[in-house]
Amino acid sequence: MSKIYVSTTVNGRPEDVLCEAHQTLLELLRDEIGLTGTKEGCGTGDCGACTVLLDDRLVCACLVLAPEANGKQITTVEGIADSQDGLHIVQQKLLEHAALQCGICTPGFVVAAKALLDKNPNPDEETIRYWLAGNLCRCTGYDKIIRAVQDAAQELAMTK
Amino acid sequence: MSNFGYVAPTTVEETLSVLQRAANHGQRAQILAGGTDVIVQMRSVDNSHRLFVDIKTLQETNDVRIEEAQIYIGAAVPSGVLNENTPLKTLLPGLLEAADLIGSTQIQGRASIGGNLCNSSPAGDTIPALIANSSQCVIATNDGSRTVPAEDFVTGVGRNCLVSNEFLLGFLIPRPVVGTGDSYLRFIPRTEMDIAVAGAAVSVTLNRDGICTHARVAIGAVAPTPLLVVAAGTALVGTPVDADALQRAAQMCCEISQPINDKRGTIVYRRKVVGVLCRRAGAIARERAFSSLN
Repeated sequence: MSKIYVSTTVNGRPEDVLCEAHQTLLELLRDEIGLTGTKEGCGTGDCGACTVLLDDRLVCACLVLAPEANGKQITTVEGIADSQDGLHIVQQKLLEHAALQCGICTPGFVVAAKALLDKNPNPDEETIRYWLAGNLCRCTGYDKIIRAVQDAAQELAMTK
Repeated sequence: MSNFGYVAPTTVEETLSVLQRAANHGQRAQILAGGTDVIVQMRSVDNSHRLFVDIKTLQETNDVRIEEAQIYIGAAVPSGVLNENTPLKTLLPGLLEAADLIGSTQIQGRASIGGNLCNSSPAGDTIPALIANSSQCVIATNDGSRTVPAEDFVTGVGRNCLVSNEFLLGFLIPRPVVGTGDSYLRFIPRTEMDIAVAGAAVSVTLNRDGICTHARVAIGAVAPTPLLVVAAGTALVGTPVDADALQRAAQMCCEISQPINDKRGTIVYRRKVVGVLCRRAGAIARERAFSSLN
C-alpha cells in the first residue's frame, strides 16, 4: 500500500508528512518531523515518556497511529515553554527542585503536569499523584516531582 | 512498503462497505477505536498486516445521549470524556467508575467502553458494569443493526459475537429509575493501573420502603467471560439488601465462578474475593439507591 498523507499541526506549526499506516504518532514526531523531545520508553502505553496532547487531551504518542494525527492539533514538550528563551513554570520548578536525574521521563511529566494545571490550577497532592500515575520515573522516587508541581501551582496562583 | 492500511470512514455505510471490500479481497480488517489494546497487540503478540478501520470519525460512535427512558453511549467515546459528563456520572456512577479504573490519564484520553468490551478480556472492568446495568450492545450490520445484551456479547477469552462486516456502534442502557444505584469494585494488589484479580458489579432498585424490586449482579475475571449472576440478583429482590441478603448473593457469585490459577491469584482466593466484592459493591449500590430516593 502507498504511504498516507497526513496534514497536522504540531505546536501551532502546520506539518505535512507521509507515513505508513502502522507507524505511531511517536515515530511520526521523532523520525519524520524531527521533534525528538518526546521519548520512547516502553512503547506500550505504560510509562508515559511519550506523553503529548492530542486536541488538548493527554495521550501516549506510542498508542496513536500516525495517520490518526491528520487534522489534529498536537502539543509536544517542545511547545510547552512560554517563549523562545523562557521555560514554563512547570519546567522551571522541576529544575529548582532537582526533580530529574536521567531525564528520559521528564518531557512526559512536563506535558502531563502542565495539562493538569491547565485543568485544575489548585490540585492537592493526591490529585497530582493520581494524574501523574501514568508517568513512570525510576530515578527520583517521585517526591521531588510532586513537590515541583505543587510549587508550580502555588506560583501560578500568586501570579494570577 | 508495508501491507498495513488505514482508513477513517465518516459514515456507518462507508465503514460497512470498507469492511465488505476488505473481506472480498481477503484482506484482514481491524476496527480501531482508542487503540490502547489494538496498537499494543499489533506491536507485541500479533504484528500481521491488516487494514485499520478507524471508527472515531463516526457520529454514532461518539454520541452520548441521555433520553427520557434510555441512555446511549457511543462505542468510541474515551473514558476521560465520559467521566467529565456530570449528568451521566450521576446516573451511572458504577459504570463510569469502572471505566475510570482502567489505565492512566493518558490511556483514559483514548480508551473506550466499546473497546474494552470488544477486546473481550475476562477481566475487562467495564463489562460487569455494563451487564449489571442491562446494557444492550448496538451492532452495525449490512442489514442495518442488531442489538445483543451485554452478557451475551463476550463468548470466550478474547472472543465475541461480532462476525465479519459488523462492528459495535454503542450501548443502549435503560435510564436508571428513581431508587436505583449501581457500583463496580475490583480487587488488584496495588492502588491502580492493574488487571482485576476479581471484579463485581451490582445494580439495585429500591422502592419507597427500601425493599429491592430489581437487582442485577455481574462478575469479572473469575471465568472465561464476565458473567451475569442471575441467582445473585434474585437473592437481593424482596429484601432490604441487608447483610444477610448480600451474603446470599455473594455465595451465588462464589458458586458460579470458575476462576483459574495464575500470577494474579489462585482459584480459592479468587472465588472467595469475588463474593466479598459482590457484598461490598452491593452495599454501595444500596446506598446510592437510597440517596436517589431522597
